[in-house]
Amino acid sequence: MENSLPADYYRLLEELQAVDFVLVELTLYLDTHPNDTASINQFNHYARERKKLKKAIESQYGPMQQYGNSYSGTPWDWNKGPWPWQV
Amino acid sequence: MWIYEKKLQYPVRVSTCNPRIAKFLIEQYGGADGELAAALRYLNQRYSIPDKVIGLLTDIGTEEFAHLEMIATMVVKLTKDATPQQMRDAGLDAHYANHDSALFYHNAAGVPWTASYIQAKGDPIADLYEDIAAEEKARATYQWLIDMSDDPDLNDGLRFLREREIIHSMRFREAVEILKEERDRKTVF
Repeated sequence: MENSLPADYYRLLEELQAVDFVLVELTLYLDTHPNDTASINQFNHYARERKKLKKAIESQYGPMQQYGNSYSGTPWDWNKGPWPWQV
Repeated sequence: MWIYEKKLQYPVRVSTCNPRIAKFLIEQYGGADGELAAALRYLNQRYSIPDKVIGLLTDIGTEEFAHLEMIATMVVKLTKDATPQQMRDAGLDAHYANHDSALFYHNAAGVPWTASYIQAKGDPIADLYEDIAAEEKARATYQWLIDMSDDPDLNDGLRFLREREIIHSMRFREAVEILKEERDRKTVF
């Protein structure tokens, strides 16, 4: 059930995955080093980056999250693939 | 509350259909030291652990679900083009008889997942030591899987997951130190 998606989708997705990797790493690090200001600044910088990337992906390929964390097109487009294991 | 995001934590690619390695990968799906056990262990320990490490257990527990989805994706991609004969040759015939091509929470030998794999002792140090051991055992499992696989694309994803176990183990060790510090401060006063 492989969906054929443009190369741009994979490029944007990998960019988001890279930024999110930084954010996951910093999250766990800050959980045990809560006073590291430089890391907190880096965290907030990448949190803004991820917001921009999420918006860029969603404007072309539909919502990445739901429960109101993303907007919906009409008709309701959350069910529209591809799901992560299908790409 | 949890929010699902429609993406994998790290890209999963496989070079060829390979149901034999998929059978082994299931160890990290529903095995004793697998990702499901990890996620459920950490998220359940949160309710009795000191406040200082609740955030860490929440975040690592949540990341484990992302790893679970990566393993599932690997299994799907490794088996989706397999013929029934290939499934049989790979030793997946018993799985096929019960589940067809569905995934299920059991280990590589077909033993279903059980809560007795995990513990919540109510003792923070005991719980965190179990968590460190769990991460080291999962890291070792990833190593054995990489050793058995000659698929460079699959191994890229498996190496990512192996490295995450190392980071989690490190963070849990730091959490132990944080709790010891707090405990020692209390004895002084």
